Amino acid sequence: MPVYNLMVNGKSLSVEAESDTPLLWVLRDELNLVGTKFGCGIGQCGACTVHIDGTATRSCLLQISSLEEAKITTIEGLSEDGTHPVQVAWKEHDVPQCGYCQAGQIMTAASFLNSNAAPSQSEIRNAMSGNLCRCASYNRIEKAVADAAEKIA
Amino acid sequence: MKKQTRTTFSRRGFIRTSALAGGGMLIGFNFLTACKDEVKPPVDIANLNFNDFNAYIKIADNGYVTIFSPNPEIGQGVKTSMPMIVAEELDVPWKHVHVEQAGLDTDKYRGQVAGGSQSIRQNWDVLRQTGATAKQMLVNAAAAKWQIDASEVSAKDGIITSKSGETLGYGDVVKEAAALEIPENVSLKEPKGFKIIGNDALNIDLHKIVTGKPLFGLDYKKDGMLIASVMRPPAFGQTLKDFDDTESRKITGVTDVFQFGDKIAVLAKNTWSAMKGKKALKANWEDNALESTEKHDELLLGLLNSSEGEVRREDGDVDKAFAEADQVIDRIYESPFLPHNCMEPMNFYADVTSEKVQLAGPIQTPEGTANRVANLLDRAPEEIEVELTRMGGGFGRRLYGDFALEAAEISSKAGKPVKLVYSREDDMNAGIFRPAIKYRISAALKDGKVTGYKLKEAAINSNMYGLIPNFFPAGAIPNLKIESANYKSNITTGAWRAPYTNFLAFAEQSFFDEVAEALNQDAVQLRLDLLNNVDEGADDRIQYSASRMKEVIKLAAEKGDWNNTSDGIYKGFSAYYSHNTHVAEVAEISIQNGMPKVERVTAAVDCGIVINPTGANNQVVGGVLDGIGHAMYGDFTFEAGKPSASNFDTYRLIRMNETPKVAVHFIDSEIAPTGLGEPGLPPAGGAVANAIKAATGKRLLKQPFTKYLAETESEVKG
Repeated sequence: MPVYNLMVNGKSLSVEAESDTPLLWVLRDELNLVGTKFGCGIGQCGACTVHIDGTATRSCLLQISSLEEAKITTIEGLSEDGTHPVQVAWKEHDVPQCGYCQAGQIMTAASFLNSNAAPSQSEIRNAMSGNLCRCASYNRIEKAVADAAEKIA
Repeated sequence: MKKQTRTTFSRRGFIRTSALAGGGMLIGFNFLTACKDEVKPPVDIANLNFNDFNAYIKIADNGYVTIFSPNPEIGQGVKTSMPMIVAEELDVPWKHVHVEQAGLDTDKYRGQVAGGSQSIRQNWDVLRQTGATAKQMLVNAAAAKWQIDASEVSAKDGIITSKSGETLGYGDVVKEAAALEIPENVSLKEPKGFKIIGNDALNIDLHKIVTGKPLFGLDYKKDGMLIASVMRPPAFGQTLKDFDDTESRKITGVTDVFQFGDKIAVLAKNTWSAMKGKKALKANWEDNALESTEKHDELLLGLLNSSEGEVRREDGDVDKAFAEADQVIDRIYESPFLPHNCMEPMNFYADVTSEKVQLAGPIQTPEGTANRVANLLDRAPEEIEVELTRMGGGFGRRLYGDFALEAAEISSKAGKPVKLVYSREDDMNAGIFRPAIKYRISAALKDGKVTGYKLKEAAINSNMYGLIPNFFPAGAIPNLKIESANYKSNITTGAWRAPYTNFLAFAEQSFFDEVAEALNQDAVQLRLDLLNNVDEGADDRIQYSASRMKEVIKLAAEKGDWNNTSDGIYKGFSAYYSHNTHVAEVAEISIQNGMPKVERVTAAVDCGIVINPTGANNQVVGGVLDGIGHAMYGDFTFEAGKPSASNFDTYRLIRMNETPKVAVHFIDSEIAPTGLGEPGLPPAGGAVANAIKAATGKRLLKQPFTKYLAETESEVKG
């Protein structure tokens, strides 16, 4: 099996995996980073969202062989101990119910706020629409993203 | 059943303490005895070990408190709210409390189930008494130390104080307290004195969730564990003829492929290999009875229009009321099957060895599932261990342990620890859906009043549970008849968040809107008038409280500004009692590009005492949005036994850009609390449908609304 050198959460790691293995399963099964979740496997739900060079990307569709030059950030590496403004806002608004989709939501929100520091309400609603939450915590996600934008500013 | 000497105790429950190896005290309260008088605790308390108890508390010497939460957590918040109740009566600062999820233990706990919104309602008294008894024992220990009477000692916020001003922490007397006799008739706090209950507490796993810590079944790992992926018949009514696993076995990482029943298991060293291995299988299936939605529609409508069916409740003389009516309204409402679509796909860990069977994962019914696994593998129930993980949603799907049984069977056959993982397609198509149901509802109107009401249910597989015929409008209309009939399908069905009422409430609340229109009455006033007919307490089968229902109706109408209109906004009203909780909702919609857009929902809720306002609010908001999402978009049909959708590209769930703002108002109450996981959902669809009627003049008779509106567009325009 081929070996790939990856940069995950600021650390250089080498991992043995078949070339077509999605990043999602390398993270979860090989690197023990299980914060990134499996939801649909076809890029429709957003539960597996990570940052590739700072941009929110679906890790379920990303083959490991294409990532040797990339800087990969997962929920575990977004901040030291949950201190990223988006994570702080998530806590203040008590966003999660079951909690399963929230890592993906947070990673999408963090990347979105990097590209748009002062979003309007409708920009937030559109940007977050790619991430499903089956508990429908959407009202609080919307507020938490707006709040995080203010914290960052 | 273990044999134990049993005797009578003067009170309904008991508390037991025992010294911990590392210091501290454990306290348990038997859920069993609290629920059923006839079950008595063992006589020899001194010889009991800790395993004989249920809900319990652990107090460390430093005063730090651990509270074990016995019930499964599926996102309904009980891992936060149940320990809050214990902490309130124990009287410790919430910030000094650590919560742990208990595993399945049928000796210690009873009713470790997440279902029917019952966790809080069923355990309220028990959890309070557990905390209060522990507090009293700590007070008694301090009194003994100070050599004064316990009446001269008080305790609060983890500190015990004597009349003369001496203080001790709970941790200072915990060892002594553990050795004391268990006090009877401890006093509980007055609700006015609550300090934890009624105040916002954040989700207990919040930090772990936002930092991506392992919590869920899918995150569960054990050394040497293999991943299993299972191929099932693609259509209901198919059986496995034969299969070729040559290509599957060539996939790197695949370790084994075997048949069990009509399914094929692929075992691999990692998830991706297992999924690839399954895709590479070539299977041939035998067609047996393949069913379709078209056929179901025909059969269910046939049942509604036939005399076939079971009478579930009958009051007065319905035939006479209809014969004498000035006007009769008669409507049929239709709903599709629905998959649950928990965000975390079904999965379970099993390690079947000759000594024991270890199970771990997300399950709403750990006890029932353990028993079924014991039966399947012909093992004693004592040999089955179940560890509970947090669940990425439940919605009823994880009441059914089918996936745990599969995992156990695979592990047993393979002789290895296995984690079974469903793909989204497996999850959406493996079965146990909300059944498709149709209702025919008729009302007899005479002299401006509703004099007769008939409702008939035609459902796939099974009918409404026994309490539902005694929900509103039973008791409010003198001549009433509720009937049900079903068609047994080979498509598997089961409970889906607020079973039956998730659609029945839409049907009835749409229907009453039409009745109000026919009587030229305001929709809110009609409901209040009907509730005024209820002679409360006259019929103990009636489940709802007319007075509590009227209060939520009035509050929703007030907060939702029911009597005022604004440009471009159309309102719809709905009220429904389910799962012991009364809810009323006002939906406001606008029309955007010819389609309804839900702008805002105002909900009024009476669940008695609100334990955790933030958690309670979250449950209701989520329930309302779930109800709207599925009423608007949820579509799931069958052709030749095969489901129409298998992933989120073909199955539409509500997304953020489609969600209204939801405002929730709770009735201020000192009545014992009831659950909130489900009751917010049922009224939502009807409120939206009635608002759409107000906007477009169109009555919605089928879900999902988007499909029905598209199908009938020509009728509206024509």
